[in-house]
Amino acid sequence: MTLTRPGARHADRAPVRSRLRTPLLYAVSFAVALALAAALVTVGGHSMADALLALYQGSLDGGASIGQTIDETTPLLIVAIGAIVSARAGIFNIGQEGQLIVGAAAGAAIGLFVPGPGWLVGALALLGAALAGALWAGIPAVLYYWRGVDVVVATLLMVFVAMQLVSFAVNRDYLLQETAVEGQILSPQSDLLPEGVRLPRLGEYPDFNLGTGFVIALAVTGVVAYLLRHGKWGFRLRMLGLNPVAARRAGVRAAALGGGALLLSGGAAGLAGGVMLTGGVYRIQAGFADNVGWEGLLVALVARNHPLVAIPVALFFGVLRAGGGFLASTGVPRYLVSVVTALLVLAAAFPAAYAELRKRRRPAVEA
Amino acid sequence: MDSVELILASAVRLAVPLAFAALGEWIAERAGTLNISVEGMMLGGAFTAVAGAGLTGSASAGLLFGVAAGLLVAFVHACFSHRLSVNTYVVGLTLNVLVLGLTSFLLLKTESRQVDKLTIPLLSDIPVIGPALFDQRWPAYLLAALVPAAWWLVRRSRWGLEARAAGENPQSADVTGIDVNKRRRQALMLCGALAGLGGAYLAVAEVGTFNQNMTAGRGYMVIAAVIFGGWTLRGTLAGVLVFGAADAMRLALPALGYTLNPQFLVASPYILALIAMTFFATTRRGPAALGRPFVRGIT
Repeated sequence: MTLTRPGARHADRAPVRSRLRTPLLYAVSFAVALALAAALVTVGGHSMADALLALYQGSLDGGASIGQTIDETTPLLIVAIGAIVSARAGIFNIGQEGQLIVGAAAGAAIGLFVPGPGWLVGALALLGAALAGALWAGIPAVLYYWRGVDVVVATLLMVFVAMQLVSFAVNRDYLLQETAVEGQILSPQSDLLPEGVRLPRLGEYPDFNLGTGFVIALAVTGVVAYLLRHGKWGFRLRMLGLNPVAARRAGVRAAALGGGALLLSGGAAGLAGGVMLTGGVYRIQAGFADNVGWEGLLVALVARNHPLVAIPVALFFGVLRAGGGFLASTGVPRYLVSVVTALLVLAAAFPAAYAELRKRRRPAVEA
Repeated sequence: MDSVELILASAVRLAVPLAFAALGEWIAERAGTLNISVEGMMLGGAFTAVAGAGLTGSASAGLLFGVAAGLLVAFVHACFSHRLSVNTYVVGLTLNVLVLGLTSFLLLKTESRQVDKLTIPLLSDIPVIGPALFDQRWPAYLLAALVPAAWWLVRRSRWGLEARAAGENPQSADVTGIDVNKRRRQALMLCGALAGLGGAYLAVAEVGTFNQNMTAGRGYMVIAAVIFGGWTLRGTLAGVLVFGAADAMRLALPALGYTLNPQFLVASPYILALIAMTFFATTRRGPAALGRPFVRGIT
């Protein structure tokens, strides 16, 4: 005979209801977010149908658009994977925007000034970008383990230093600014990378084509997903994130592992910058990062720190970004995309948190 | 001498919107919220202030609209991070993206409306500091009342004690019967009102119109100021003034014939805050539970 707790008869039915409740909550909160976005478009005096059509045409209609979406997805995914690694270790890095642009600047410097065969210089540029991003995240890591400076604050502040650093570099002709051409005003941007250094593209323009950067992104995702789940490193990392005290007692070296995770996430952001640079933008300027760092962080959040879930989430964000470029043609300002993105992030955060809140509020007998 | 007076006046002028927001950020951080959405609060405040001024035809009424926008952003932030316990940094960043997108999307062209200057006779004639302190737009003088009020509220009132307890040791505060998350929400709402006012001041007092992304990172500068000041009110205001001075020098130095690199001056608030954090880390520290969500029963 099995022991029955009081209220067990009740508990038989409860899971069915709560299993239904969560998807319902997701549906409702996404519907609210989209309704708000639709209301905004209408208030702005535009047609929702036109906006949706433009979003579709810019992101999924035909090979070139799909390629564009994948190109937008690539850096988002790499940034998100890095953010996931540090978040799993219980360290919150929010400075990806800065690490990304510093990485890209380092990549540009290598790509422009290092002599050698194109493919080698290109690989070095990506490596340099990752190292520079890791270095930029390394400063907060050192400050944290040496002086106890809060990582979140330090990484955030470093973003704005990074922006000015890059702005400084592209405004100096002895650093990264483009070479002077007779009769032309110098812009604060670097020269275009030489052809050989750029990442090759698969497929033919204007038909389906995508940058090889996406392959890099998928490889990084796969490796991290595997290591987090099966590797010793991943196990220690998760242990550190879930219970730092227990992890330390069990012999996990917090500074090395946690600091390493922070460096890795910075390195991923830097690599994302390098891939953006060598895969499609080809030159660095002050506005290079274009919110990719922030949005990559949001991808990690929406994916609830699961590397494999990050792939579809990043693709979805990529669709929005690619479609946003097309929106302007319908007269709807492309800023609509940031509004929709933010609303969807809030909508994605709501149901799980709400379920959690309900669970806490339920009386102790049932819990 | 004249140039010192000029730079000082311009430093104070640029520091005023930061000071409003910094007051609020200081209160919020004392209660344990590292409020990143202060940037969105300021930007939203600036936008609605201009919209409200256009609607009512009065720039002063615009200030109230700005406060309302700041409160709205704060309300959403408070619900997400101190009711639902969603990571406060993520909520903050998302709100900043949302407000930036929203204000850029709705970007409106209005005629310039500015609140009046209030020049205090005699005092404004004092050399060097006179124009800086006594020749500003009238809402700037609100600071003279708000700063002591905020100090009293946080350091001397019962509410302030409870809010600080929520920021230092939420578990103990909870045990003594303080509703930790409620205090944090209230502190955040105060921050929203003050940051909204700061953004509104920027729009309808300093500039007169709204430009896309007109706060341009001032909110982050405010966060840096609170850290630079070691989470004290005095230090925070000093930080705001130093950052205002850096901004003023960036604008004034080229005209005076000096060259100091502008990128360095723009980055200086953040570098100063990082240095301050590094060196004061052992002596002056922030609230112990800063940025950590409070959930009863989990230590």
